[in-house]
Amino acid sequence: MSDRVLVAMSGGVDSSVAAALLVGAGHEVVGATMKLWGGPSDSGCCSVADVDDARSVARRLDIEHHVFNFGDDFDEHVVAPYVADHAAGHTPNPCIECNRHLKFDRLLRRADALGFEWVATGHHARIVEHADGTHRVARGADRAKDQSYVVHVLTRDVMRRVRFPVGHLTKDDVRAEAARLGLTTATKPDSQDVCFITATRGRAAFLGDRITTRPGRVVDGTGATVGEVPAVELVTLGQRRGLGSPGGGHPWYVIDVDVTTATVTVGSAADLRVGAALLDGLTWVGSPERGPLTAQVSAHGDPRPCHVEGATVVFDEPSRRVAPGQSVVLYDGDLVVGGGTAAA
Amino acid sequence: MDRAWHYLDHAASSPLRAEALAAMLPALRDGVGNPSGAHALARRARSALDGARERLAEVVGCAPGEVVFTSGGTEADNLAVRGVLGTRPGTAVCSAIEHHAVLNPVLAAGGRVVPVDRRGLVDLDALAASLDEDVALVSVMLVNNEVGTIQSLAAIAEVVRLRAPRAVLHTDAAQALCWVDVREATAAADLVTLASHKCGGPVGTGALVVRRDVAIEAQLLGGGQERERRSGTQDVAGALGFAAAAQAAAHQRPSLVARAARWREALVDAVARGVPGSIESAVAPDQGRDHLVSGIVNLCLPAVDSEALLYVLEHEHAVLASAASSCASGAQEPSHVLVALGIDRALAAGSLRVSFGWSTSDDDVDAARFEVPVAARRLQAHARDGAPA
Repeated sequence: MSDRVLVAMSGGVDSSVAAALLVGAGHEVVGATMKLWGGPSDSGCCSVADVDDARSVARRLDIEHHVFNFGDDFDEHVVAPYVADHAAGHTPNPCIECNRHLKFDRLLRRADALGFEWVATGHHARIVEHADGTHRVARGADRAKDQSYVVHVLTRDVMRRVRFPVGHLTKDDVRAEAARLGLTTATKPDSQDVCFITATRGRAAFLGDRITTRPGRVVDGTGATVGEVPAVELVTLGQRRGLGSPGGGHPWYVIDVDVTTATVTVGSAADLRVGAALLDGLTWVGSPERGPLTAQVSAHGDPRPCHVEGATVVFDEPSRRVAPGQSVVLYDGDLVVGGGTAAA
Repeated sequence: MDRAWHYLDHAASSPLRAEALAAMLPALRDGVGNPSGAHALARRARSALDGARERLAEVVGCAPGEVVFTSGGTEADNLAVRGVLGTRPGTAVCSAIEHHAVLNPVLAAGGRVVPVDRRGLVDLDALAASLDEDVALVSVMLVNNEVGTIQSLAAIAEVVRLRAPRAVLHTDAAQALCWVDVREATAAADLVTLASHKCGGPVGTGALVVRRDVAIEAQLLGGGQERERRSGTQDVAGALGFAAAAQAAAHQRPSLVARAARWREALVDAVARGVPGSIESAVAPDQGRDHLVSGIVNLCLPAVDSEALLYVLEHEHAVLASAASSCASGAQEPSHVLVALGIDRALAAGSLRVSFGWSTSDDDVDAARFEVPVAARRLQAHARDGAPA
């Protein structure tokens, strides 16, 4: 059996150390940087400087490095849905879609075609063997950096072929290892936010170039107009600022966004809390479970104790409403057991 | 990585010819002075440089004083476009399949782009329609670097003379020296870009032929070398190597063109039979290949991604070729040339450029014609709904 590993190298410290660890373990390792986005980018992925960083690490490790242009797939599966979700008033998950369609589909198929047994990435997550011999995604050792949420979409077939070499390390361990090996990426800052949105222009300008945004009416629980927003497509559930200063003594939160009628409903923090979330596209890694489980609703959100009834996640304690479109990942302890997206 | 490669990427960079190395070695080893100086070594350098200039001028059919040495084809193209616009304000016009070293300066100056037909030939009617009294520069490349189309410079010059009498005609002949007699293009054009490493000279050397006292504005200011047209101490060894390579290329051209035509035939036949649905990128049905150089073969293979194909050819068969032009990151970008030819984007994603040169052997071509179909079929097995892996 071949022992060749294709490592996705973004030019960041985690994937640099992932490659180094695999080389150290004696695997035949080839590095690949995916060029995904042709437009402006702060960093995170795809800039020429990031490719140079990945190449520099590969040179230091004495492994081959290639660049794969998957820009068309990225546009189709990540950027276009991101824009469409916003247009529909939903909260997109571009990093999850990138993992689903790029790293763990297109790259995996490319690896297959080129004769690689494994694909590895620098995600802070682990893949563990379950009692029944199948595999599960588990939380990374560094809870503050855990990325199991964004890789929860891995199917069991994919898990058998994927490795997360830094998943058992803390971020500090990773940086120390990079420094020990003299990798140029050792002190590189963590990537932030969505890679194709620049800090200088921001999300609003990016979406403004691609969709027609509409001004929206801000109403309170009684339906009375209390303010307005310039672009209803850019309002998110739970948002507090930029609501056209609705009056009153207590803070107002967005508790509902209806893009079709261009209406934003505001209320108190208590109005934002719900007891459950209905999921679209709920899938289970193994057999369906009732719980008790925990649900995580954002990349670094706290796990919420819950159980599952059909396609509904019932929270033990009333919790902030999950924005439509947001991924809800279900855990049994540290193991990812299922997930879906919050229904509108 | 010491292994015997089948190097079939001469259009990207051709290995240094023995003649070029021999011409350069004394200058590199023994040193030369600065050709602008006055003492014995400086005079020796000037003499060597002038000799190289004369030999290159003879190969391309111009006067020695018309040769401006540059750091390569890109600089020569920029000097042509920007240098002309700097002396005569007006519109720049170029073909849609120019190298980016022409296309980008033309677009940056707000210029116009003229379409080509399915074979990559400039549409002369469209060219005529895009020209007027205001046009200051027309640039059409003699031999296209991706697909190998040869333009008829004489016909283009005629259209330019009639429709844009003020315009200077530039041709990028960076790919031409091995395949066509550049003297004919030099006779028709005012400015000609040449590149050393495309014909077996050293990388980092090129030239712009500036004909008939065409005024150009220098883009590098300094000591006024190259008759005030390009400042900077000349690379004497580079010029010597370039001239030697150009002479060798011109001398060997008839035999190389004939051999390459046989290689191309064999490769194209093998791929046509072995990979159904593949096309020759710049060949139109029933119109032959007379418009193409024999040394650049561009094919598009269905349900195959160029990057994967090149990887398999390299790693499993030691065949080194290329696809579309590479971008700064090293990724393969969709080719603007294939788009201009009207090739479907999905098919263009499976483009393969095989280019021959002075060191190509029958063995190299055999490797390509046996292995390209094998690699393509293997990759097609990993495609999903026609989308390549």
